[in-house]
This record gives sequence, C-alpha cells and structure tokens, in this order.
Amino acid sequence: MKGFLDQRFESGGVIITTIEDLTNWARLSSMFPMTFGIACCAIEFMSTGTSVYDMDRFGMAPRASPRQSDVMIVAGTVTFKMAERIKRLYEQMAEPRYVISMGSCSNCGGPYWQHGYHVVKGVDRIVPVDVYVPGCPPRPEALIGGFMKLQEKIRQESVVAPKAIEKLMEKKSHAV
Amino acid sequence: MQFESILSVITANCAHVAPVVDENATPKIVIISLHDLKKVCQALYAHTDAYFDMLSCITAIDNGPQSATMEVIYSLYSIPYNHNVGLKVVVRRDEPAIDSVCDIWRTANWHEREAFDMFGIKFNGHPDLRRILMPADWVGCPLRKDYQQEGYYRDIKIEY
Repeated sequence: MKGFLDQRFESGGVIITTIEDLTNWARLSSMFPMTFGIACCAIEFMSTGTSVYDMDRFGMAPRASPRQSDVMIVAGTVTFKMAERIKRLYEQMAEPRYVISMGSCSNCGGPYWQHGYHVVKGVDRIVPVDVYVPGCPPRPEALIGGFMKLQEKIRQESVVAPKAIEKLMEKKSHAV
Repeated sequence: MQFESILSVITANCAHVAPVVDENATPKIVIISLHDLKKVCQALYAHTDAYFDMLSCITAIDNGPQSATMEVIYSLYSIPYNHNVGLKVVVRRDEPAIDSVCDIWRTANWHEREAFDMFGIKFNGHPDLRRILMPADWVGCPLRKDYQQEGYYRDIKIEY
C-alpha cells in the first residue's frame, strides 16, 4: 500500500504555498535547542529528550554549540555570575533565535525572589524571552507545551511585513 | 579515644586564654582564642592522641552589629580514631581577621575563601584569598546581618 504522500503526488504534483509558510514551517519543524542547563530544571529538560517524551519528534535535537542552535532553553536559576555568560551565549546564536524561559527561577527568580541576593529576578532582564514555562520544575509535558507555543509563534511570523515596525510607526503617528 | 584527651591536647597548646567547652553542641565544641588557633590546629593535626587529619567544614556566623562579634567554627574529624570535635573562635566584627589553616589542611583553602566571600573575614597567610562564589566585582558581604543590596549589578536590577 502506498503512503499518504505517494497517493497524493504520484503523478508529479505541485504544491502551492507562500514563502513565508514554507520558511516558517521549516523553522518550526527543526528548532534545535542548545545543550545548556543551569540547575534542577535541566534534569526535566534532559527527561524531555529521552525516548519516553521524545523531543526529537518535533525535530528538536540538542546542539552542542550556540552557533548551530535556534532555541535557548534557560533551564534553571540564573545567577548574576551566570548572567554575563548567558548573554554571551545568546549573542553567539544565529538569527532567527528564540528563548524559552523554563521554570519559576528563570521566569521571575522563583523561590529566591526575596532573599536571593545572587539571583537575577527573571532571565528577561538580560535576554528577550519568547515563551515562559511555569513550574518548579515544569514537567516534561509542560516543557513540550512550551515548545508547541513557540511553534505557534513561529507559524505566525512574517518575512515580508515587518509587523513590529508597523506597530511602532502606528504608535508614533498616534502620538503625533 | 576520649574527649578529655583531645581537650588536654588543646589546653596544652592554649597560651593566651583557657579553652571553654560547649557541652550542648554535638560534637562538643571547644572555644579558644584566635591567637591560639594556629598552634592548636597544628597540635590536633599532628598529635598521636588526636590525629585530626580531616577538616570537614569551616563555618562563619555573624552575631550582628549589637554584639560586634563574629564566630568561626572548624569541624574536625579524625579518621583513624573516628572522632569529631569542633573548634570555635570569636573574632571582632569591625575588622575580622584570623590565621589561615591552609598549610595544615588544604581543604581550608576554599572554605576560607567562602567565609571571606560571605562575611569578609580576612585569613592571614591564605595563598589566594579572593571571592569564590560571588562575582569578583561584587560589592559587600551578603551573609552579614547588616548587608544592604546594591541597586544594580552591571546594569541588571537586583531587587525583585
């Protein structure tokens, strides 16, 4: 028996799509995360990569270098000493790049919000964050939920219309 | 091996102030003068009745500005005799300084750096006394009772 695609395209079919949809689809189907964990959330991140949760089914294979990665998953407590390194790793990633903040610590400081003199109260103070995954630590299912949210976000991206600039211009014209 | 024999080794090496024993502590803690510390540690390390060859931990305590003292506690363990003892030294809070025991136990190196990092206690004779946990350009000693946070660290806001 022939597969779905074979049945559909056996006579040499043509797919019509937009360049945006194609690039977005390619990007969201291969979000390579950086192999990077800072605290206990990294254990859950590792579990997400195991055969039980199978991160690879989203086309996500951890890369050992920021230059090959698309997504940085900040899995753990961000200390002030680490902040400089995280910023540096983020700057080394090629665009388009995305950041998932995993767990309470990197979302907002978590249990260290009050007396944690050494903890950055949210990784969004040093790098821009696309998706926040709540939990302490989040279960692998929650992290996968975060991946799917990021996929949703990438799916809406546009290469031709710079929406952010449009919005900014609109704001400016209103202000005038 | 009994606690009495350890105490006699300590007493024999205390030239300044007679040691005081805190009986409530587990293991028992002997409070000695900071001027005797180096000699007592050397004796406890080398004496055949004691042979404390392992320094388990160095802990510092800040008693706050009112009492104006800090305490440094050394947890010692003798592997051959399977015996624990603690040494406590009281230092001044305004300019805390104490002899380093790095040349007796090499473990002391990082423990003393941690005490220096968190409390600002200076260890005389330490080969490499600099911060170990906090960034090198951090301001203040975080575990002091009167520690006040800075507003920003390298343009990152510290407060929640």
